[in-house]
Amino acid sequence: MRILHFQLNGDDAEVAAPDHWTLLEVVRYRAGLTGSKQGCDKGDCGACTVHVDGRSVLSCLTLAADIDGRQVTTIEGLSNVDGLDVVQDCFDGAGALQCGFCQPGMMMAARQLVTENPEATREEIKEALASNLCRCTGYTKIYQAVEEACRRQRQCTTERAGGAP
Amino acid sequence: MNERKSINRTHGPDAPFGEFSRVGKRARKVDSMAVATGQAMYTDDIQLPRMLHGKFLRSPHAHARIRSIDTSRAEALPGVHAVVTGSELPVAYGVIPWTEDETALAVDKVRFVGDEVAAVAAIDEDTASAAVRLIDVDYEVLEPYFDPQDALVHHEPAIHEGNRKGNISKHVLLEFGGVDEAMAASEVLIEDDYAFHGTAHAPIEPHCAIARWSGDGVLTLWSSTQIPHYVHRLLASVLGLPAHRIRVIQPYLGGAFGGKSDPFSHEFCVALLAKKAGRPVKMLLTREETFYTHRGRHPMQMHFRTGCDAKGRITAVDSKILIDGGSYSSFGLVTTYYSGQLLCGPSDFPNYRFDSTRVFTNKPPCGPKRGHGSVQPRFALEIQLDRMATQLGLDPIEFRRINCQSENTQTVNGQTVTSNGFLQCLDAVEEASGWKKKRGKLPPNRGIGIAGSMYISGTNYCVYPNDMPQAGILVKLDRSGLATVFTGTSDIGQGCTSVMATLVAEELGLRLDQVRVVTSDSDLCPVDLGAYSSRITLMAGNAAVDAGRKLRKQVQEAVAEKLEIAPGQVMLADGFAFDREDGDRRFTTQEAFQFAEAKFETLSASGSYNTPERGGDYRGGTIGASPAYSFTAHVAEVEVDPETGDVHVHKLWIAHDCGRAISPVQVEGQIEGSTYMGVAEVQLEHHEVYTGETAEAGLHMRPSLLEYTLPTTLDTPELEALIVESIDPEGPYGAKEAGEGPLHGSLPAVANAIYDACGIWMTKLPFTPGKVLAALKAHQAAGSSGAPNEGAN
Ligand code: FES
Ligand code: FES
Repeated sequence: MRILHFQLNGDDAEVAAPDHWTLLEVVRYRAGLTGSKQGCDKGDCGACTVHVDGRSVLSCLTLAADIDGRQVTTIEGLSNVDGLDVVQDCFDGAGALQCGFCQPGMMMAARQLVTENPEATREEIKEALASNLCRCTGYTKIYQAVEEACRRQRQCTTERAGGAP
Repeated sequence: MNERKSINRTHGPDAPFGEFSRVGKRARKVDSMAVATGQAMYTDDIQLPRMLHGKFLRSPHAHARIRSIDTSRAEALPGVHAVVTGSELPVAYGVIPWTEDETALAVDKVRFVGDEVAAVAAIDEDTASAAVRLIDVDYEVLEPYFDPQDALVHHEPAIHEGNRKGNISKHVLLEFGGVDEAMAASEVLIEDDYAFHGTAHAPIEPHCAIARWSGDGVLTLWSSTQIPHYVHRLLASVLGLPAHRIRVIQPYLGGAFGGKSDPFSHEFCVALLAKKAGRPVKMLLTREETFYTHRGRHPMQMHFRTGCDAKGRITAVDSKILIDGGSYSSFGLVTTYYSGQLLCGPSDFPNYRFDSTRVFTNKPPCGPKRGHGSVQPRFALEIQLDRMATQLGLDPIEFRRINCQSENTQTVNGQTVTSNGFLQCLDAVEEASGWKKKRGKLPPNRGIGIAGSMYISGTNYCVYPNDMPQAGILVKLDRSGLATVFTGTSDIGQGCTSVMATLVAEELGLRLDQVRVVTSDSDLCPVDLGAYSSRITLMAGNAAVDAGRKLRKQVQEAVAEKLEIAPGQVMLADGFAFDREDGDRRFTTQEAFQFAEAKFETLSASGSYNTPERGGDYRGGTIGASPAYSFTAHVAEVEVDPETGDVHVHKLWIAHDCGRAISPVQVEGQIEGSTYMGVAEVQLEHHEVYTGETAEAGLHMRPSLLEYTLPTTLDTPELEALIVESIDPEGPYGAKEAGEGPLHGSLPAVANAIYDACGIWMTKLPFTPGKVLAALKAHQAAGSSGAPNEGAN
């Protein structure tokens, strides 16, 4: 057992967990944030993807001990009081959500892409999401969702820079 | 067929008020916000106070008798609260009442590596796993059967020792017309062997169940099942409990595809463990365990003969199919019929015979996977059709046009086809794919191929015979202006919750945010038979329209009284009730509901649907009968690498006739998802166990998503979904199925495209690079005659 101190979706978190627990176990079964899913528990599916310090990681392969002092964001932290994140909204709008089990992880992976490369091409989107499996959609509507999210992200940046919308 | 009370209610294809306001619109799903924000609770997300965790002891042997089980060391482990073995749950069950050959835990015999032998509940998973290792089982190991051909002839001892037919699970031989004479008179006769391998559903959510007993002895089971009603029935029989003392709830479900249709061992075991421990118990299967629980696509060895006349009209089809069932019956009786019964459209033929035998083997049990039983023979038949077309020098699309059956017709096996949009499907994929510019004209090793198929919109008869409705629904209107729909339908990602909301909103002129849907809770919702055989949109959809229409009449009457007009003149749309002739004379829905509640008392209505009488008048003639059939055409474009034998599928165009598309976005999603899943079976996925006399015999060769090679974004071809709407008289506003039909043609379309690319007929799945290379070599050796390459694959 050890006590971990970290930031979870912007809040200070202090959690006691067995030494061998993963970050996925800590967020799901200690913090009660069950949005992150366990599809395989061995790094194959990506359903457990969360952000640590803004980068996607597979939380089922991340030892909880390693997140001490770091910033963790889960799907629950993606939206805020102002409403849905653009990625969530675009996934919903495109009909990319079928059973939804892959989606918390898929959207976290997509969020990183949209932040880092809002100009992403279809091929780059495929590359960026290649470690997130979806069994329902055939991925088509996921690509459309990410393309729309990229478009809106670019628009946002242009507007903020004071350029033409 | 017995006479039965007909409660088939269909309400015609037209919009209630002239134009649809909700149906056919590209709307968001009504329950997707919870999913998008991570709030949706799936079974494993539920944590109950004092909840224990369960684990299975599974058989290490493919075939063995259990001499004794000693659980005393496990029980003594600190943290263990309950242990159960087979003798405590001896009642045999099965999803089909005629083939009840499973028990929750092995009673005296294990039949595959992974068969459940004992279960433990402990304070956490680690303790439960440790306890499982302390259970001592004394096995008498028996000779395992891995090859269905071998299991067919040898059966001493049989896998199911009481079975009168040795290792045969089911045999069906049906003939319609005179196949042999027609075959003899045929101008072209194509005869070949085909093989379809086993594949798994692999939903991203593993199976999970939780049981809790209340102080007064009521059992609540939360389970990731796609058919809560059958689980409910069989829990009652296995636990010896009156059904009304059981509540089954299906939370959000993370994909199923047929793989969560059977009642499972873990559902019975959590219930008994929770009872013995006096605390709630959860069992979550590991990913590896899901590959043993299986119920996936049946491997089939198929011999097909097909004849046609000089004009290209098919004269007869004849098949002999050996089906590898794995260790238990599951839905196998139906699978065996479906391997023949669902082939009789969209191409018409006057003479047909199928001879299908399902045998038991000591492998994980097979069951229904998306396109249950008919994906495999469809693969064979559609390649046969292309070979006949090729031999006659006909374009394969033209060949299918020549043979396309009409609307409102009977198939050779006596099934009633109502609407049929297959010709439009052919037109759509021909046009979208640029077929005419491409077929036979693409650069070397690049090719394009077609396939067609049909599928049921629900099976006409329930698995247990009864006269009750297949689908029931309750709708409650209240003075807040909200309509609440209570439905037993299982949303497994296909979106039926939204479909139900859309239909009720359409009838009552509501916006989607004015409807809420309560699903899959046996205490709250009327019975619906669940998410299988693509039945929900048509069946529960009709029930939803039925209930909505009853309430609409009441609301119209009440508002008519206020406006002093005839009820028929009251229109309901977009949250208002108004005078059709003067839109300014209107009330909000909330006001309208209040008038109606004052006039009629508390407002609620039930809706029901049962199927019309259907099916052929012969034994088994009702299996494969459906109120309506969907039709699909696939075109695939592929490239074959002659150096490596790799088949790269560039793109598929899929036109699917779903009747009326209630939700076009979701129909597209079903078309794309089905086709993705079908293409994955061409080269990537293979559910297979080690065989032979090795220590690994019976172990799964690829029990993880990585090894099983579930397709990633990089492995999935481009998919273009095209919707064809042949409005069906039986469906709600004309709707038919979309969830399974669009899988079938994806495999043969690829096979037929490979022929166009490089002149080889690939007939044995999966098309591994090695097999393709061997076929290419054999083809080169034989000269480019286009002859089949049986020897090579
Ligand atoms: S649960 Fe982490 S990758 Fe599957
Ligand atoms: S939506 Fe079901 S797995 Fe992706």
